[in-house]
Amino acid sequence: MQTVQRRTLPLRLPRVRPGGVLPILAILAVLVVLVGIRQPDFLAPPSLMSFLGRSAPIILLAAGQYFVIVSGEFDLSVGSLVTAQVVVAARLIDGDPTRTWPVVLLLLAFGALVGLVNGLITTRLRVPSFITTLGMFLILVGAVYLWSDGAPKGGLSEEFRRFGRRAFEDVPVLGRVPYALLVLVVLAVAAVLLMRSDFGRTLVAVGDNPRTAELSGVRVWRTRTFAFILSGLAAAVAAILLGGYSGVSFQAGAGLEFGAITAVVLGGVALGGGRGAVVGAMLGALTLELLFALMNFYGVSGALRSTVQGAIILLAVAVSASRSSSR
Amino acid sequence: MSALSLLPARRPVPGVFVALTLALAIGWLVVLLDGGQLFNQSTTVSLLHVAAGLGLVAVGQTLVILGGSLDLSVAYVISLSTLVAAETMNGSDGAILPAIGLALAVSAGIGLFNGLLVTKLRVNAFIATLGVGLLLKGYLDNGYDGPAGTTAPSLVQSLGYQRVGPVPVSFLLLVAVTAAVWFALTRTRFGHHLVAVGGDPEVARLSGVRNDRVLVTAHVLCSMCAGLAGIYLASRLGSGAPRVGTEGLYDLESIAAVVIGGTALAGGRGGVIGTVGGVLLLASIDAIFNQLEVDAFFKQVIRGAIIIAAVAVYARRAMRKAAA
Repeated sequence: MQTVQRRTLPLRLPRVRPGGVLPILAILAVLVVLVGIRQPDFLAPPSLMSFLGRSAPIILLAAGQYFVIVSGEFDLSVGSLVTAQVVVAARLIDGDPTRTWPVVLLLLAFGALVGLVNGLITTRLRVPSFITTLGMFLILVGAVYLWSDGAPKGGLSEEFRRFGRRAFEDVPVLGRVPYALLVLVVLAVAAVLLMRSDFGRTLVAVGDNPRTAELSGVRVWRTRTFAFILSGLAAAVAAILLGGYSGVSFQAGAGLEFGAITAVVLGGVALGGGRGAVVGAMLGALTLELLFALMNFYGVSGALRSTVQGAIILLAVAVSASRSSSR
Repeated sequence: MSALSLLPARRPVPGVFVALTLALAIGWLVVLLDGGQLFNQSTTVSLLHVAAGLGLVAVGQTLVILGGSLDLSVAYVISLSTLVAAETMNGSDGAILPAIGLALAVSAGIGLFNGLLVTKLRVNAFIATLGVGLLLKGYLDNGYDGPAGTTAPSLVQSLGYQRVGPVPVSFLLLVAVTAAVWFALTRTRFGHHLVAVGGDPEVARLSGVRNDRVLVTAHVLCSMCAGLAGIYLASRLGSGAPRVGTEGLYDLESIAAVVIGGTALAGGRGGVIGTVGGVLLLASIDAIFNQLEVDAFFKQVIRGAIIIAAVAVYARRAMRKAAA
């Protein structure tokens, strides 16, 4: 009852629609200009293309996290899931090229399974997703260390690694288009189409007000579980790209969950669900990556990276929050 | 509805103590069959030490969670506090009081900042405290590569290692802090207001509660508890440690302990006694596995499963209660 009343309090906004992508586009534009001033070469096609390819994993993770967040939940397990996937892939492939495709399929299935378990525990057992995915985080990290006796074993095949590090050479105008970028574009288009479909609208409705959605005949638990599965799948793809690009380590996915959540929030998506666009979430991730690139160009020490990241998040969120709460 | 939630003191003892008793009984039996002894002096002492560190953080975390907020910055506050305390003391007993004062003041300042972000700027608590945590992380990563400063020897002897029978002084400190917070929650206006704000902010506001002030206070107290945990860890380790908070996963574990203790993550329901039960449960499981010499990684897997299972049990109960 009360939640319904609170929701209907009019949020009159001066110009920008809540959850719109305009603010993040503005921030992105400012960053592009700053980068352009400092390092004009960066905006030339070859380096821009490889930058986009490098950013593909975190952008995909942000899209995956978006589905979960917009439905009103959290997924804190994605970072550990990426680590687990990379370590598992290395051990199973063990340098044997013929195992590449089976392992890729296995990783996707594994990601979907972890998402399914997260989703079912959250929706059927009514455990808050913060706790579910935190527990899953502990379980995955522990299990992957346990399984590999404390040090990653085996190695990825060259066939596996090409997804993350190879590119189409000699493309007209663009020069070199990384495979990762192609994967990103395809999946990003799929994500946008998905959000425009019935499922997407249902997902947002569930996040906005689960009770109303339930009463209008939506199976809330099924929708949310599906969002978790999408997040797990996104983590699997991100792991394949990341493993190829930067190799196998226990640190492969460390901190990615917070990075993805940050990106989603930067993109104007409300924590708690019901507001925001998947494009915004992906642009948020891109902005974050560009910010790190910019800091690199300005010679900011790597250790201070997190301070700047923290400051930017607080600033961006505070500005958008103070806007949307002005009555 | 609001009248009920204003009376947290009348709630029965949380089920976490049943789980704790069960865990200890089963653990004792299994360890016995394994040829060991769970309740000997050294395991009890180390169990209580683990509980003291996590407990101080979790008691503070209870306050913010009850108010419907959350603090993800505690791990960094702990690390910072160990450094502030150890560097200010620099090995001299004379500087203990100023060092403790400074460490608590710095922590309180961070809590104030968190609280203002959450209330005045209306930043979601998850993001606000994550952002503040990142700010602190950058400062710590940039300034420190390893341990720094020296804790005063007499503080190491007292708070770090002194004990009364099998009970460490630090655990007595936890008991005292818990008692104070329990009193504040159940017997003072602040406590009732905090629970009301966590239960339904709009109703609380309309009933004349100053939501912002109450939440900011909760955040300040939470950070000070984390600061206190930092001082304890500094006296345990003998120096300031820039990674101790994050390596101990104090942020996530403290939230887990609070929720296992029966406090609703959404706020408005729960209490600090349950939290201490949750902390003791986590510490006992740790101690039992140590006795059985279980692989550390396997321990983590079990820990994750237990956290989920415990909360699932609560959720079931709440559902049944709602149905009845």
